[in-house]
Order: sequence, then C-alpha cells, then structure tokens
Amino acid sequence: MSTTVWIILAAAVVTYLTRIGGHVLLSRFQRIHPRVEAGLDAVPAAVLTTLVAPAAAGGGPIEWATLAVAGLVALRGGLTATFFAGAATLIVLRNVL
Amino acid sequence: MTVAAGTHQRPGRLADFIDGARRGIPVTVASAPFGMLFGTLAVQNGLSVGEATLMSAMVFAGASQLVGLELFGQKIAPWLIVLSIFAVNFRHVLYSAALGRRLRHWSGLQRAVGFFFLTDAQYADGEKQALAGRLTFSWYMGYGLLLYLCWVAEAAIGATFGNLIPDPYALGLDFMLPIYFLGMVMGFRGRPLWLPVVGASAVTSTVAYYLVGSPWHVSIGAVAGVLLAAVLAPSGRRAGL
Repeated sequence: MSTTVWIILAAAVVTYLTRIGGHVLLSRFQRIHPRVEAGLDAVPAAVLTTLVAPAAAGGGPIEWATLAVAGLVALRGGLTATFFAGAATLIVLRNVL
Repeated sequence: MTVAAGTHQRPGRLADFIDGARRGIPVTVASAPFGMLFGTLAVQNGLSVGEATLMSAMVFAGASQLVGLELFGQKIAPWLIVLSIFAVNFRHVLYSAALGRRLRHWSGLQRAVGFFFLTDAQYADGEKQALAGRLTFSWYMGYGLLLYLCWVAEAAIGATFGNLIPDPYALGLDFMLPIYFLGMVMGFRGRPLWLPVVGASAVTSTVAYYLVGSPWHVSIGAVAGVLLAAVLAPSGRRAGL
C-alpha cells in the first residue's frame, strides 16, 4: 500500500479515538461536577465560534457583510434560512463588486 | 429528563430514522460543496480518485481532511500529517464527552458505531434532539448516515469531475462553512453564558490563528470558552437554572 493510504488509515484511527475518547474518559465518573457540566454545555458554542471568528477576521468587507446578514437572519429564522441568506449574499456580492 | 420522556408514547424506529434524516438535510446541503471541494483538491494534490474517496469514507471530518491535503502537497513527515489531523479533530473529544451524557440508554455497540458518525453538526443537532426529548439510536443514525453517504459520494464526484467547477471563488465555496457554523453558533444563544463563551472563543481562536497557526486555533479557542464557562458557572447549584 502507498504511504498515502497508510496516512489515511492512521488518520482514520486517531479521528475515531477523538470521537469515542471523550465519552470513554468521562463515563468513568459517576457524578459530574457542576463546573465540568457548565464547561461541557459551553462546548458547542465555543468550538463552532473558533470555526467562524478567524475566517471572519481574515475576510474583507464582502465576508463581513455576509456574516452580518446571516447573523441577522439567525435572530429570526432557522439554520437553513440563515445559511441560504448568507450564501446568497456572498455569491451576489462577489459577482457584483 | 429522559425518565419523563420515556413514559410518553414513542415513535417507531423507522419513523425516528426518517425524522433524523430529515433533520440532517440542511447540513447535508450546506456541506455538499465542501465534500466535492475536498475531492477536487485531493486530486489536484496528487491523490487518486480512490484515495480521495477512501479518505472521506474513513476519516469523515471535512476540516481535518482539507488540512491533511494541504500537508500532503508539501514535503512533510507522515506522522506530522496524522498529528495535525488529530489536532483539528481534537474538538470531538469535547463533543463525545458532552453527548455521551445523552446516550446512557444506548448499548455499548450502538455507542461504538454511533461515535464514528460524530461530526460538528451531528453533535449540535443531537444535543438539540436530546433536549427536546429523547435521542434514539435510530434518529442519530438517520441523521448520520444521510450525511455520511452523501459525503463519501461527493468526494468521488468532486475527484472525478472536480475540474469542471469554473470559479470556486465566485461561488463562495471557500466561505460556505463559516456561514453555516455562524448559524449554528446563533442557534445556541439561549444557553447560559453564551455571550461570554462566544466572545472568549472568538478572541482566543483569532489570536491563536495568527500566533500559533492553523490546526491549533480550534482547540485553543474552544478550551478558552469552555474554561471560562467552568469558572463563571455557579458551583454547588446546578448550572443553567
């Protein structure tokens, strides 16, 4: 097998370990401390923010306008509406400006 | 929480599976450009169509696959590529710990299978489903399998026909995921400590992105937000009440 395939298989193994690891480690404890609980509750917003903020900082006016539109739509609409509003804004602005 | 839900009449497995798949449609659509983009870039970086498809099928984690590709293109030691993929995917440890609390009614095998499909979206929508009532294995797999099968197919399509996309920039392909993830961040704004957590993670991840570099800013920024939540949480009482 090529080196590439070996890298892919190794990547698959370590990725699976990240997916099951948190649960395997945490399930050893019977009771969860309130601070740990609060930390875990913060996980989705914290992680997802790191996938947005640097991309926003690295973007220009078009990308900022896109995120602003998406953010505003998100206050009223659901995820699908938010995504398509943002995507439409981005595509229009990039092709017009 | 699940005790009360268990006494209600439960829908069948198939209905649950279909409901899960239905809920997976938005993210499946949103991630489709990336699935194909991955296949395209993979071939451009020297992978075969088969290798590109294999990577999507085995790793099933978009951001890390793209990071891997970037490194395949350079002369970098294999273990370092694997380590970088691990770093990008490290956030799953947090998802896994968090979501595991909702899966106590699953069997060991169901958990072993289910966690393979744990993605950003699967986690976020799984949490929502668990809060709404009950996160069944059927619902989870309906959601996960739809996303997974499309993801693998997209890699094959992108790798085969990838060069047909005339201008990825004009289609905004590079910025679709941040839009999607912003929508998900906003979806959690009802949670306690949401604003301080988002603020801390935004600032820390951006600083880390420029000071430390690409794979690491995700884990560093996430840990900052999580730690802040743990520090600010009222101890003794249950958080979030």
